[in-house]
Amino acid sequence: MPLSPAGIPRCGGSGRTADHDGTRGAPSHVVGISHSVCTARSTMERTHENDEDIASMSTTTVKRLDRVIIRFAGDSGDGMQLTGDRFTSQTALLGNDLSTLPNFPAEIRAPQGTLPGVSSFQLHFADHAVLTPGDAPDVLVAMNPAALMANLPDLPRGATLIVNTDEFTKRNLAKVGYPTNPLEDGTLESYDVHPVALTSITVEALTGFEGLTRKEKERAKNMFALGLLSWLYTRPMEGTELFLKAKFAGQPEILAANLTALRAGYNYGETTEDFANAYEVAPAAMPAGTYRNITGNVALALGLVTAAHKAGLRLFLGSYPITPASDILHTLSGLKRYGVTTMQAEDEIAGVGAALGASFGGALGVTTTSGPGLALKAETIGLAVSLELPLVVCDIQRGGPSTGLPTKTEQADLLQALFGRNGESPVAVLAPATPGDCFDIALEAVRIATTYRTPVIVLSDGYLANGSEPWQVPRTADLPDLRVEFATEPNGANADGTPVFHPYLRDPETLARQWAVPGTPGLEHRVGGIEKADVTGNISYDPDNHDHMVRLRQAKIDGIRVPDLQVEDPTGGARLLVLGWGSTYGPIAAGVRLARALGTKVAQAHLHHLAPLPANTGDVLRAYDHVIVPEMNLGQLAMLLRARFLVDIQSHTAVRGLPFPATELADVIARAVKE
Amino acid sequence: MTTDETVQTTPVGPGPTPGSAESGTARVPRLAEGESLGKKDFTSDQEVRWCPGCGDYVILAAIQGLLPQLGLKRENIVFISGIGCSSRFPYYLDTYGMHSIHGRAPAIATGLATSREDLSVWVITGDGDSLSIGGNHLIHAMRRNVNLKILLFNNEIYGLTKGQYSPTSRVGQVTKSTPLGSVDQPFNPVSLALGADAGFVARTLDNDRKHLTSVLQAAADHRGSALIEIYQNCPIFNDGAFEVLKDRTSAQARIIHLEAGQEVTLGDQVAIWDEVSGIRLVPREQADPARIVVHHPEAADPSTAYALSRLDTPDMTHVPMGIFRNVTRRTYDDAVREQVAAAQTAPVTDADIDALLAGQDPWTVSA
Ligand SMILES: Cc1ncc(C[n+]2csc(CCOP(=O)(O)OP(=O)(O)O)c2C)c(N)n1
Ligand code: SF4
Ligand SMILES: [Mg+2]
Repeated sequence: MPLSPAGIPRCGGSGRTADHDGTRGAPSHVVGISHSVCTARSTMERTHENDEDIASMSTTTVKRLDRVIIRFAGDSGDGMQLTGDRFTSQTALLGNDLSTLPNFPAEIRAPQGTLPGVSSFQLHFADHAVLTPGDAPDVLVAMNPAALMANLPDLPRGATLIVNTDEFTKRNLAKVGYPTNPLEDGTLESYDVHPVALTSITVEALTGFEGLTRKEKERAKNMFALGLLSWLYTRPMEGTELFLKAKFAGQPEILAANLTALRAGYNYGETTEDFANAYEVAPAAMPAGTYRNITGNVALALGLVTAAHKAGLRLFLGSYPITPASDILHTLSGLKRYGVTTMQAEDEIAGVGAALGASFGGALGVTTTSGPGLALKAETIGLAVSLELPLVVCDIQRGGPSTGLPTKTEQADLLQALFGRNGESPVAVLAPATPGDCFDIALEAVRIATTYRTPVIVLSDGYLANGSEPWQVPRTADLPDLRVEFATEPNGANADGTPVFHPYLRDPETLARQWAVPGTPGLEHRVGGIEKADVTGNISYDPDNHDHMVRLRQAKIDGIRVPDLQVEDPTGGARLLVLGWGSTYGPIAAGVRLARALGTKVAQAHLHHLAPLPANTGDVLRAYDHVIVPEMNLGQLAMLLRARFLVDIQSHTAVRGLPFPATELADVIARAVKE
Repeated sequence: MTTDETVQTTPVGPGPTPGSAESGTARVPRLAEGESLGKKDFTSDQEVRWCPGCGDYVILAAIQGLLPQLGLKRENIVFISGIGCSSRFPYYLDTYGMHSIHGRAPAIATGLATSREDLSVWVITGDGDSLSIGGNHLIHAMRRNVNLKILLFNNEIYGLTKGQYSPTSRVGQVTKSTPLGSVDQPFNPVSLALGADAGFVARTLDNDRKHLTSVLQAAADHRGSALIEIYQNCPIFNDGAFEVLKDRTSAQARIIHLEAGQEVTLGDQVAIWDEVSGIRLVPREQADPARIVVHHPEAADPSTAYALSRLDTPDMTHVPMGIFRNVTRRTYDDAVREQVAAAQTAPVTDADIDALLAGQDPWTVSA
């Protein structure tokens, strides 16, 4: 069944298409496919009010919402991540602000229909700035009993529940321990339940596809669900159609089945009487510019490529696959066109070793990993500290210790990054705050690594890595110039006047030594992990020299210029500061927003540089009566700040493998204010 | 090991035509016409600090003698080592060098060699460094076939840490950590390298400068991973481990000199194929002429070379020396660079990066 490129017309069936580029994102206009054919709506003012009835349709009315939180949940094999991704892309194209939280088990396919096998994807989208994926879903799509059981506790009363009734068989109910069918026994009384026989309707819609088995047809049910949700929330589907066409380019029948299922889902929404309303969410007001939706891992990969380009260096990635960092390796391995070399090494030690070898040769050496891999790389990072060569190490943190929670998020590698090496082994440590911020942090990491000839550790985490948000695409020309100069000639002379190269002669400003790469005549030199005399780099066991070098390496890191810590306090009268680092930015900002809405005066500040800390950190901390530091660890930053600045800090911690709910942080703030 | 009649005399498989393969140093800038370097140019100003009589001295001298002969620009030669007595080597050579960490030199060198085709990259490692802590990196460098020359200084002991047994120490060897004799089965580094499919595998002896130099020259010419096991005497902790190979008369009775195209012999014994034990030495008059092994280091299949490596015995009654295998196959670093070069059809511009950043599905918000 051929589809018009504009998707499926609503409101009386006109096939006229919207002018996307002309109207998309303009805050005073309602845009999108359906709107252009519903003139009643297209002239309406944007509103933040919930549930405003803005148009009537043949069978349903379209209501406007200011924000929606949807969670797709199903079996690992049900394609929930893909469904969520596609819905997110459709939503991004409409100009909503958004934030996502993919949540999946470490097993690729846990036994079908079981609780451990449940995979979910939560998306929060709104007509205003969104800070988190949302605490509790407004809508839950549950593809089977396990998905219902696992996610129902998060669902507030009155929420919408779309359930695939086909999967609620005796056997499946028994698998998760439902004694009776929750669809029939009153369990779901306080929810707005929409039972849909998703599997069988999908199979029926695919009756004509004789080349496909029943199993293959059933597999398209996620596209049916996506079509239905696309109708319910007035999302354009062309992006998904193009995506499917690319994905199944070599399998025409599978492609046609998926397109048909997608469309059948959409039509189902339109024709069934079950849904009284469809909804729309107007675009969020965002600064003018070009936007895309981006995950933290992709932003980090693109940031590294861009930084290498701005630095005039070849990018060399040495990496060993590990969740949740592997996507950076995948992304970069596809970017050879930009001069990127990737090496999948035999282990993490080899990955960072190869990166360091490439840096020695004048490339931008990068390695990507997660906590267990960072542990393995420790000795090589120490070598890089001693060699004083640029190296970027990205640790996409996950739950620990040991294998821990591979697919869940945590911030417990901070102290490992700062101190987890033998000897005094200082490195720069940075942490992005949001998925899009991973791009900026990548540039900053490269700036510091190349300017100061030092390893830099970037602490992202599973939440940033897989979560996504709209990101304003920068212009390459506007980004900072990161050009690097290699040493070209001798920088000293022998007693007899012969020119020589002193590999550890330093720039007095940055304390960085020169980067003299093999192939440069006259600069032949040796570097190594043994203690060396400053300036000449010759092996030295002299006690005073060692003391000098230990302090010098620390002074070099301490002297890295980083921007001051910014405090956000709209009233200027707050006595309470909430300070965070890394991915807690969104939840903290949302919690602070909730607290402020109740009249609480609270200031927020967020650290992007953990080593060195911004010069004004102590002053900021001391300016408040009360400082709360929320962390997804047992208080690592709090301990550090207390020790460094002798400030009494309230550490608020949780290590559940999930980001903080905003409400939890708002409560913590409220309690602190009462005290 | 098969002992099929056909295996013994002919090299197996479509090996490269000798002489046609690109040299290991083909892309490394050479000295200009009339320019030349000497041993002095490769001697750094650092005081050499090995123990008196250490085999490392003669290896250093041999390499300082060899490097000028390669005709390469000195600044394009890099030595990377791990940790151990032997790994101090780069400090004494006036080239670019890195004394890295224990066992990791092959990994570091892989990154360097892959990102810089204009360098001649050498790895210096000990038996503990390469076969114990760094075993994983060693086998993977050889498997990948990175254009590295790996010089394994085998003194069958941990020298730097003062005399513990190593993965090449012999069963029964009494060391600081094996007061009752080692019970560990040692590695045969040549067998290991052949098992990892290294394209160039050789063994030589520290004090046989001529042989050492010729083997290293061949290794330098080889494009791909080359593993050269160098028997090295540690007079302090394992003195005389290779003495039987150094004393002229006992050496004659023990060393099997591997020569391409020649029969494999030891005195009046000759190597033959054997149904049971692969290759075996027998008195020539007992040898079936059809079963005599002729050495073909260029044979694509490493089985014969492997069988030869198994002729070793712990008591060194017969020890093959020379080049076991010299086969060219595509190197990892060349292949990686080719993929990048093929993808990078034009220099990267700001506009390319702009397009990359915008991705497939950008949207515009107008003011
Ligand atoms: C991570 C680590 N573990 C242990 C050591 C201690 N160590 C230094 S060299 C060495 C063994 C060296 O033996 P080998 O590689 O045979 O070199 P040799 O000294 O015999 O030349 C050991 C165990 C170290 N430097 N680093
Ligand atoms: S301990 Fe042995 S190997 Fe090390 S320097 Fe002394 S003699 Fe050479
Ligand atoms: Mg040794």
